[in-house]
Amino acid sequence: MMKLSKYVLYDILRSKIIIAYTLFLFIVSLSLFQMEEDSSKAMLSLMNIILIALPLVSLVFTTIHYYNSYEFIELMLSQPLSRKKILLSEYTGISLSLLSAFLIGVGIPVAFYAASETGMAMLFTGSTLTLVFTSIAFFASVRARDKAKGIGFALLLWFYFTLIYDGIVLLILFSFSDYPLEKFTLLISALNPIDLGRIFIMLKMDVSALMGYTGALYKDFFGSGTGLLFTVGVMILWITLPLWLAVRKFRKKDI
Amino acid sequence: MKFLTLIVFLGSQLFSFANTIVVGKDKPISSITKGIELAKNGDTVKVYPGVYREGRITINKSITLIGINFPVIDGQKKFENMVISGINVKVQGFHFIDSKHSSSEDFSAINIVDATKIIIQDNKIDNAHFGIHLANSTYCTIMGNEISGKAVSEQSAGNGIHIWKSSHAFITNNHIQGHRDGIYFEFVTDSEIRNNKSENNIRYGLHFMFSHNNYYAYNTFRKNGAGVAVMYTHHVRMEHNMFEQNWGTASYAILLKDITDSWILDNQFVSNTVGIFMEGCNRIDVKQNLFSKNGWAMKVQANCVDNVISKNNFKGNTFDIATNGTMVSSSFDYNYWDKYEGYDLNKDGIGDVDYHPVSMYSMIIEQNPNALILLRSFMVTLLDKAEKAIPSLTPENLVDKKPKMRPFAL
Amino acid sequence: MIRIENITKRFKKLKALDNISASFEKGQVISLIGPNGSGKTTLIKSILGMVKPDSGKIFFKEEYINGGFIYRKDIGYMPQIGRYPDNMKIGQLFNMLKNIRNEPPETIDNELIKEYDLCSMYEKPMRTLSGGTRQKVSAAIAFLFNPSVLILDEPTAGLDPLSSEVLKEKILQEKNKGKLILITSHILSDLDELTTHVMYLQEGKMQFLKNIETLREDTGEIKLAKAIARVMKGEDPAGNFISEVLTKKTK
Repeated sequence: MMKLSKYVLYDILRSKIIIAYTLFLFIVSLSLFQMEEDSSKAMLSLMNIILIALPLVSLVFTTIHYYNSYEFIELMLSQPLSRKKILLSEYTGISLSLLSAFLIGVGIPVAFYAASETGMAMLFTGSTLTLVFTSIAFFASVRARDKAKGIGFALLLWFYFTLIYDGIVLLILFSFSDYPLEKFTLLISALNPIDLGRIFIMLKMDVSALMGYTGALYKDFFGSGTGLLFTVGVMILWITLPLWLAVRKFRKKDI
Repeated sequence: MKFLTLIVFLGSQLFSFANTIVVGKDKPISSITKGIELAKNGDTVKVYPGVYREGRITINKSITLIGINFPVIDGQKKFENMVISGINVKVQGFHFIDSKHSSSEDFSAINIVDATKIIIQDNKIDNAHFGIHLANSTYCTIMGNEISGKAVSEQSAGNGIHIWKSSHAFITNNHIQGHRDGIYFEFVTDSEIRNNKSENNIRYGLHFMFSHNNYYAYNTFRKNGAGVAVMYTHHVRMEHNMFEQNWGTASYAILLKDITDSWILDNQFVSNTVGIFMEGCNRIDVKQNLFSKNGWAMKVQANCVDNVISKNNFKGNTFDIATNGTMVSSSFDYNYWDKYEGYDLNKDGIGDVDYHPVSMYSMIIEQNPNALILLRSFMVTLLDKAEKAIPSLTPENLVDKKPKMRPFAL
Repeated sequence: MIRIENITKRFKKLKALDNISASFEKGQVISLIGPNGSGKTTLIKSILGMVKPDSGKIFFKEEYINGGFIYRKDIGYMPQIGRYPDNMKIGQLFNMLKNIRNEPPETIDNELIKEYDLCSMYEKPMRTLSGGTRQKVSAAIAFLFNPSVLILDEPTAGLDPLSSEVLKEKILQEKNKGKLILITSHILSDLDELTTHVMYLQEGKMQFLKNIETLREDTGEIKLAKAIARVMKGEDPAGNFISEVLTKKTK
């Protein structure tokens, strides 16, 4: 499988988009740290990049790459290779390249300027979100028949996870503000990997605010060992579940 | 007046030919009580190391009681360790342990009642109900004491330094931890609290009410259950204090309730849930302070009038200012806000666009605290940006018309 | 070698394969013919496991393939339109395949690579290649691992006559080695000499699978193309005869 992934990775590197993406992340993070004398403000902007841009890039890049490598997949399918192996190799190749782009582009500047707990939390969140959204993109691509639909589906998912979901949550919070919703809000945060990642970073960045009001509940839960386990567990689920569904669909799919 | 007392004091020392009485476990006088009994005004009682279990030690004459290498005065959890009244008493270098505890009465390790010019210096007080209790006294000095309690609940615990109905106290260089309130004042006036450290107390690091004209400087209040609460007081001066890591659902670096004509200058508020909470406060100057990494730098309730918040640095706070109403009658001009995104075309160091330090989302959270979970989400960022463009929810007159472009050098 | 039992495949409303059963043996060269959209490609893709039939079974060397993949080791496939990763060079493509398959070097069949002189183009990226060259690459890949079954989808389309001849030679040579070769095509002329059997599909239904000699006798046409053309027109008595044979068969 690593052999196949190697070729996928090689193909991605040749397309140069991934190199441009790495450079983009690197320059943006570096200039953020350079411009802001206060690294906490740079971290805030970086957090927005991680929570908004990273999922988008992961989704779109993966979808496009999937359709562009359709030929490769076809060729591999005529060889004695299982479909699961082919798809997982594709996933490994793409996620590895996106992950290394992130770790080089953001990881190095963070290590230099903000090697704090917040910085580490950001790298963790960024890495998992990359894996999660690559996985979700695979799910979308395998399901959609053509490229335009696939990209449309991916964009819709991005829109949903970054904006619509939180809008719905806010709406619920206000519609049922008379009820105790602390446990509920804890739960729904797990249903959106971006929210979960955001809370994970907030635990380090906004610890003071989180100690106030009901925030203390979040802090108590997510800050505890159980909470960490919960976060990591849910993230792993978010990585494996869409991928598993994608593999399942891909196995039955006509090429 | 001070000079006169000094003369009188020196006189009394001279004419009484001050003696030194030695107390020790292997000495002729083996009990502190006995030693004090033998002493006359102006004498010194020197106590050698050992554990002294003598029930309640009472001092009511002008003596100096000095412990060598911290002799232990054990209250055996049955007694107050020491009661002092009168004038010119100094107690130095003792280790007070296990005073009597009670949930109804204020027992303490050192109880000073109806006294003047008492000096309590360099003692260690462990596991006391109240550490040092001062009532109805004047011109007392409490300095360099290490007071450490084992408070569990607010109901059963006592305060570290508790002062009631006194004036001209000087509290300095003490370190208080593990009590209910670190320093507690009620009806205390004209006193100075300087360079103390009050931390890990289960309620307040500093708590005072009806205590006017006091001066607090260079103190550190950290990790107290509810921070610092000060109420019903005027003419308070707080300068160069450090408030940090006071975290919790109802925790404030300072809670100001009905405080008037006061000054909060050059303090640092770092990593607190709320930096300053103001309720019913009038004419307070909040200047040259640093607010950094707090959940809310300031919460200013709508019933606060004519306060001036100026020349402060606001950096890395989750929310800068929050308020509960739409009417604001305090001034927020000329501060540095790190969230300010305006420009300065004429290069005078002042941003050309007004800054509204209340974000829309902080208003939403005031109404619906659960919404905190959505903090820093893309949607909230968009909402805040929209609100900045067309203000509708946030109070229009809570505004810094002269936001600084660069932080003040504090 | 390959046995197909009651394969049916639908794409939405379209019935691409309708209850098809057939059996192919080694040494046979089967021409899979039929008009456009008759289900030829779907059938071979089903054999390759790229298309999953709705019902029916396919056996390879007496073994039910059932979603497996190992059996593809023995199949060389030349797609109708060879599409390859754009950024890959020809040389890399061959190396990658060899690397992935990891077969012993003595089994590698480089003959077509040599015949087509693909070595001289090893450094050319796939995206720059002409349709013809791509076909040559596809053909070379199909024969590369010396498989016992060859499935060639429109092999000569887009090839110049010379290259076409080279390919035909190669097919003949492999046929003589006792391999099973499946060829789809709608042009028959250039396959005449090779074909041993004809399988005719129309609208997803198999019209017949016959030995070429029998077919010639039945239709009275020496030229296969003409024979088929007559069948296609459906006016010939032979067509009826064939369907008779088929109905007998299904009984």
